[in-house]
Amino acid sequence: MRLEQIKLNMMQMGQNVESALDQAIKALATRNADGFKAVHEIEKSTNQFHIQLDDECMAFLAMHGPVAKDLRLIFSIIKINADLERMGDQAVNIAHTGKDYMGRPEIHLPPEIEEMSRFVQKMVRDSLDSFVREDLPLANEVLQLDNEVDVRKNKVFKDLMQSIRRQPETVEAAMDIILIARNLERIGDHATNIAEDVIFVCTGKDIRHGGQKN
Amino acid sequence: MNTNKILTIDQLSAGFGQAEIVKKISMAISTHEIAALIGPSGCGKSTFLRCLNRLHEENSEAWVNGEVNLEGKNIYQEGIDPVHVRSQIGMVFQKPNPFPSMSIFENVAAGLTIRGIKKRAYVSQVVEKSLRQAALWDEVKDKLKSPGTSLSGGQQQRLCIARALAINPPVILMDEPTSALDPISTSKIEELLLQLKKEVTIVIVTHNMQQAARISDQTSFFLMGELIETNNTKQFFTNPDDIRSENYISGRFG
Repeated sequence: MRLEQIKLNMMQMGQNVESALDQAIKALATRNADGFKAVHEIEKSTNQFHIQLDDECMAFLAMHGPVAKDLRLIFSIIKINADLERMGDQAVNIAHTGKDYMGRPEIHLPPEIEEMSRFVQKMVRDSLDSFVREDLPLANEVLQLDNEVDVRKNKVFKDLMQSIRRQPETVEAAMDIILIARNLERIGDHATNIAEDVIFVCTGKDIRHGGQKN
Repeated sequence: MNTNKILTIDQLSAGFGQAEIVKKISMAISTHEIAALIGPSGCGKSTFLRCLNRLHEENSEAWVNGEVNLEGKNIYQEGIDPVHVRSQIGMVFQKPNPFPSMSIFENVAAGLTIRGIKKRAYVSQVVEKSLRQAALWDEVKDKLKSPGTSLSGGQQQRLCIARALAINPPVILMDEPTSALDPISTSKIEELLLQLKKEVTIVIVTHNMQQAARISDQTSFFLMGELIETNNTKQFFTNPDDIRSENYISGRFG
């Protein structure tokens, strides 16, 4: 199989994960518990992609012995495959927790959850677009957005801790929201990994952990 | 990377008659390292290699310009005997070429014999040491009197390496030394080279890019007589500086 085809298959998996995330966020925002079913459906196909892509990468390594940019590309696809699979799992976690949350006495979703969702969806989309287009500025934007997500996650944690202290009877619903914020933040971290891989593929530079290696 | 340069090549050009095969190449090779020369057929890498021990000039109409400095001394300087140069810079060829009329022992001892060294105990000692260095001793110690040509291809090539080692040269040149060998013999030679580099500097021309990646410390890419890039091997195969190197090693041309 050609490297181009493996890249295309990876992008299909990426679209799958994007749509799982979109469905989870939409269902949560509209308080439509049925909407979470689609997330579980998509997850099955994401898992198929995960296994298939690993197989294809392994065969490519064995048969082509890639070097230089081809090597950086296949190495990154292997890592991105793992990131995408985890992102899919986090979307499923949001669906599970979201369903629990909807069955409890209502507390309002903090506005930061809506903002985080928007940022994280953009990060996922842009990280995959930057991969396809080898677009370094876009990959760098993804890295910047991660900070915005983290700030909002911290605010959600802090606000809900206070809310739990004030109204202990809301603890379950508040914990659900904290878990969802955590899931979103983790998805952002995986998108960040993808953006870092894009920079590695294009430039050969490893910028992870503050670029210690360079 | 080792910074002590045993060979420095300065503006080296070479060719035959009107044809310029090697064009103004400068590079340095570090002591106790393996330097790989790669490039498509006809790119000048073998001619370049043969300039490093003055073997190129043995061809008719051959010419060389520029300098090759071995430990700071230009081997093309007037008055230098090319035969002496070749005793300092040994060579192993693509096809194993043991002297057909000689035994295994005589093959390894040949370099000493032609220098008039005949002391039996000393010669035996050097032959054993060289065969051990070439990882061949255990396989031939009981049949040293058999003809060199009675060995397998891989063994013959290790015999040629032992023959080159016997006169204790600081540098050995190798021109595609494993291209006529099966994968097991190839792997034995590669392991041997990694051991040998502790004692000698090795310059190897290879068409097998994975071989260059596996065993060399420095890789140089030649194209149409020019040196396109010399780089640390890991860097060369993961993120080369020149797009032409990238295209060549990724199989996009050549």
